[in-house]
Amino acid sequence: MKYLSEFRSPELVEALLREIKQTVTQEWNIMEVCGGQTHSLVKNGLLNMLPPKIEMIHGPGCPVCVTPVSLIDKAVYLAMEKGVILCSFGDMIRVPGSGMSLLEAKARGADVRILYSPLEAVKIAKENPDREVVFFAVGFETTAPANALSVIHAHREGVKNYSILASHVLVPPAIEEVMNDELSNVNGFLGAGHVCAIMGIFEYYPLVEKYKVPIVITGFEPVDLLEGILMTVKQLEAGEARVENQYSRIVMKEGNLKAQEIIYEVFEVTDRLWRGMEIIPMSGYKVKEAYSAYDAERKFNISIEEAPENPECIAGEIMKGIKKPFECQHFGKKCKPSSPLGAPMVSSEGACAAYYHYSAYAEQVES
Amino acid sequence: MCLAIPGKIQSIEMIHGGAVKMAKVSFGGIIKEASLEMVPAADVGDYVLVHVGVAISKVNEEEAHKVFGYLKEAGEIDELYETRN
Repeated sequence: MKYLSEFRSPELVEALLREIKQTVTQEWNIMEVCGGQTHSLVKNGLLNMLPPKIEMIHGPGCPVCVTPVSLIDKAVYLAMEKGVILCSFGDMIRVPGSGMSLLEAKARGADVRILYSPLEAVKIAKENPDREVVFFAVGFETTAPANALSVIHAHREGVKNYSILASHVLVPPAIEEVMNDELSNVNGFLGAGHVCAIMGIFEYYPLVEKYKVPIVITGFEPVDLLEGILMTVKQLEAGEARVENQYSRIVMKEGNLKAQEIIYEVFEVTDRLWRGMEIIPMSGYKVKEAYSAYDAERKFNISIEEAPENPECIAGEIMKGIKKPFECQHFGKKCKPSSPLGAPMVSSEGACAAYYHYSAYAEQVES
Repeated sequence: MCLAIPGKIQSIEMIHGGAVKMAKVSFGGIIKEASLEMVPAADVGDYVLVHVGVAISKVNEEEAHKVFGYLKEAGEIDELYETRN
């Protein structure tokens, strides 16, 4: 647990906490959509410093967590059965599929490589012209342009042995999904800073209109998060519901237009299954027909059924904020990061794993 | 996963027959390649926020140092050490 003195700007953190306490008069449930923000809130101990009237609810914004098990099965299949060089971000390879994880596939001899960037995968494809190279392209809007760029680079250079296994998801439809659930009781949202650095903030205006909830685009550091929470609470206490931008030093209203152009060159919007939830309409990206030669699912004609979720996992309720991780009877017992029952325990950005790693609740359960 | 790390552009190289601007970016001494296709105005000496090998935004020097310091202290920059092997 971090203490105030350990923060980079302890006076600022203290002042913000004081102002939040002075502002809040009633109970509010605020959801941070982004897993990076969940991770930062829990890791920095901010949840325990906020006044009890403010309940932070941890949303579905961890791409590793919401990637369907069938996609992991497809990646494992490509690595094990098709002999491809399967490249992935590090945090995907530990996630168990219905049979095994990519890490286990690697241990059994599959060529699985952890990369920092999808652009490196194109280089590997160039260096290995007699092998097929597949990049496991997961992520939210922040990551979509990099994955799209890898396809554009491969296309431009005539690299034909490169493709992506894409499972992109989008934030605004996830907010709608949460608000449409009659059991959810979210009063306001912290928007994901880097998602908006790419996409801008305009797509959030219809959401505040429709659901009458404030959405405050927020950064990732403790001071950012507390400022975002304060801005949300001020709106809630005043009965307002607007889009505000706490992270304006990075997020421009229109986002990064060049990045959006790159996304829409390669991807189009499609329905997506979110692990732990269900199929959310128009909630992700797929590779456009024009680039189908770079779409691993079409290229290798993979057809793997979605594996049923473990019925003991309450991921849907966790990711919509209906229940907290420690309210699950399996949290920290049967379900741990080393043997997750479901989505939110698989990555440190998932609510359950964040609580497990950093929060006092886990210690209580353990003891 | 949506983490972006600020770094300083050390050098720029044009690839794909001049169509693409690639930079060598220093993250506290760790040098990584990053595409500048989404921040075409960025130049040598500028600071950029980089997400999975692609610069997504320019940042000023003070902000870059502040954020890098925080990420390093919080142990969030391990992905920079992930290599191609």
